[in-house]
Amino acid sequence: MDNAIEVRGLKKTYRGDVRALDGVSLVAEPGTVFGLLGPNGAGKSTTVKILTTLSYSDAGEARVAGYDVVREPARVRRVIGCVAQKSGLDLAATGRENLLLQGRVYGMRGVALRRRADELLERFGLAAAGGRVVKGYSGGMQRKLDVAVGLMHRPQVLFLDEPTTGLDPEARVDMWHEIARLAGEEGLTILLTTHYLEEADRLAGRLAIVDQGRVVAEGAPDELKGELHGDTIAVELAEQPLDGEVRRALAKVPEVHDAAVEARALRARADSGARAVPAVLAALESEGVRVVSVTVARPSLDDVYLRHAGKAFSEADVEVTR
Amino acid sequence: MTAALSDSWYMTQRHLLNLFRQPAWIAITLVQPLIYLLLYEPLFKRIVELPGFGAGSYVDFLTPGIVVMTALFSAGWTGMSVIEDIDRGVVDRFLVSPVSRGSLIAGRLIQLGLVAVIQSAILLGVGYLIGAKYPGGALGILVLVTSAILLGAGFGALSTFLALLVRREETVIAAANLVLLPLTFLSSVFMAQGLMPAWMVTIARYNPVNWAAQAGRAALSLGVAWGYVLTRVGLLALFALVCTWLATRAFRAYQRSI
Repeated sequence: MDNAIEVRGLKKTYRGDVRALDGVSLVAEPGTVFGLLGPNGAGKSTTVKILTTLSYSDAGEARVAGYDVVREPARVRRVIGCVAQKSGLDLAATGRENLLLQGRVYGMRGVALRRRADELLERFGLAAAGGRVVKGYSGGMQRKLDVAVGLMHRPQVLFLDEPTTGLDPEARVDMWHEIARLAGEEGLTILLTTHYLEEADRLAGRLAIVDQGRVVAEGAPDELKGELHGDTIAVELAEQPLDGEVRRALAKVPEVHDAAVEARALRARADSGARAVPAVLAALESEGVRVVSVTVARPSLDDVYLRHAGKAFSEADVEVTR
Repeated sequence: MTAALSDSWYMTQRHLLNLFRQPAWIAITLVQPLIYLLLYEPLFKRIVELPGFGAGSYVDFLTPGIVVMTALFSAGWTGMSVIEDIDRGVVDRFLVSPVSRGSLIAGRLIQLGLVAVIQSAILLGVGYLIGAKYPGGALGILVLVTSAILLGAGFGALSTFLALLVRREETVIAAANLVLLPLTFLSSVFMAQGLMPAWMVTIARYNPVNWAAQAGRAALSLGVAWGYVLTRVGLLALFALVCTWLATRAFRAYQRSI
């Protein structure tokens, strides 16, 4: 087996002509964390559903751990673990019962079964809560149990679909530690979907940015950021600029490029941010655009997204959620 | 095959655990049938005096009918818990695991069957207290409860089938309301076939609820007509099998739609 996940030209259209996937291709090597980053509705969950044999694609090919998801679904199911967006826990059962049932479904029995359940409860800090009904767990605890359930049968490939959505910041950081810890283990491959830039940046060794059912960029986070030469200049304006004001101003500063304005925020790129800032400020001043603050930063994934999807990430996310 | 059997047992265990954590549920499902049993019996007691009714005592007639009806009503709402499982992602979690599809249906139906046994025992006990006699004895009771279980399995599977296809609580509720009570009245649960209008008798002939009521009642009476009883139990078994097969197939349709 060469690659843990291999996807070529995956397409899927839902009833009512909703195109969810429009030719997604990606490759994840064994023992890595592969991030699928994109706004809500970009096609991340659909990809996961097809790769986990839950849903079917209209076209394209996908192999997980070397097995074809359409022709060998039973083999795929044996080697994957899946933590879907919708928890899938039995709320009326205890944490321990959820783990035991999951293990049994995969053919685990007896001492090995119980030992594995205890080990996972211990490891995710749920040992004390294991005998309690899941309904009483906090959101963070339920999410941890979700991951524990996904790991119960020691899968080779683990799918984590938006594992931190809906968690409070503290629980999110906690979950990040857990995922980072998993990544280092026994050659486990993780496919992680997220719409948090920071999450993808911190956890993924490689990532694909998806937008409207297509992969618009793929690579290691640093590689992707490195493709954007220079710095990002972010300017907060006192009021929303009139049409063309900003464009006319920046035309006077040739070292600045890739400028975009959203409401009162102006973002642009320059080889050396520090050198360009005085010129940018002077140019804006001369067009009568008043400035509140200015920052210069190394490129972020947000900039990568802006470059490839043609809009800021936060905006794309809001667009679809609305 | 053995994996499918053990999977079914684990799924049954899951549903039973949930049930035992809220035993009040069984009591709630018994409220309506007890009302029927305790109010219809005195209300329609003298109905047996009508020429053509063909039974000696209404409580003897009514009790097996209520047993059948209770199994039907408990089963008819199965789809609601299926939808709850879909909404919470439980169904998806099992569908991406190697668990056999049939066991996901079987677990629910076996749980329904066990509930039907408990409900039947309570109703037969209450019936006895208000004067019902069961001359068919233990064997008769076994046939009645088996008929109720098979009827429940069929309608439980149909409700699951519908839930997987439409995935909307409203539709499952509407279907249950539209089907359960009319099918009960279009059978001999409350009224002897001899006094039904001809068109109702025609419908009742193809109504599984009627097969169960007739089989159970005949098996409990004196001088059991076994041919009559076994045809009906056979039809019920066939009905349950076909519905279970349909429900298992519905997973595929469900997976195509997500």
